[in-house]
Amino acid sequence: MTMTVSRREAFALGAGVVTAMALGGAGPAWAKNDSDELIKAFTGGKAPVKGKVKLDLPDIAENGNTVPLAFTVESPMTDASHVTDVLVVADGNPRGGIATFHFSPRSGVAEAATRIRLAETQNVIAIAKMNDGSFYTDTRQVKVTIGGCGG
Amino acid sequence: MATPAPRPRIRLDKKEAKKGDLVEVKALVAHIMESGQRKDKDGNVIPRKIINKFTCEVNGKLVFAADLEPAVSANPYMQFKFRADESGKVVLTWTDDDGSKIVGEDTITVS
Repeated sequence: MTMTVSRREAFALGAGVVTAMALGGAGPAWAKNDSDELIKAFTGGKAPVKGKVKLDLPDIAENGNTVPLAFTVESPMTDASHVTDVLVVADGNPRGGIATFHFSPRSGVAEAATRIRLAETQNVIAIAKMNDGSFYTDTRQVKVTIGGCGG
Repeated sequence: MATPAPRPRIRLDKKEAKKGDLVEVKALVAHIMESGQRKDKDGNVIPRKIINKFTCEVNGKLVFAADLEPAVSANPYMQFKFRADESGKVVLTWTDDDGSKIVGEDTITVS
């Protein structure tokens, strides 16, 4: 069990932390990635307001390779008032982007779920863009136990 | 490509809906989602190969779409809903970095 999990982790962390370590730590330490720039590009510099978005992620992810992510955005989803896009970024991956979701009144509701990769313990940030040009956000911290043995 | 296109798995929570009902879609497709961050044992970067776009159309009208980055897990899973407006074809399309598309479809009956 211990062997299987740690080997899988070493293989699977495509994000490169383990790979970089195995190669003698040649890689840079990713203290910061491009998540801030992605948010700025998405909002056009506007500061998103906390609320309306509910991001659902586990507090602790034992396998950073498939972390379940779900979100819902409060909105009537009518022609007059709806969510158009939702950007999801992570601030501790080698690259910040995770996905951008696109909605319309035909979606009926602004929610989706998928599975993501997280290289290490970090914040996941979702930002929803409304059709009136306002932005709402939510942040969740996820602890990633690399090696999967609770370390 | 030598490998055959994988067959996606698609599941709607209902096949028949009343107009205005929300229909939940769960979709899974086999894909490596190679991040472009990994290196092989000789230290060469393994080139990126991911599904970068996912769309869902009902009778040709877009109801949901997502742009994916390498941070989406292998064998990408997507769960979302759409509002049942009319009976017809539900077509899901996954677009690869190399331009190839994986297409799956189901039907919905709206009364």
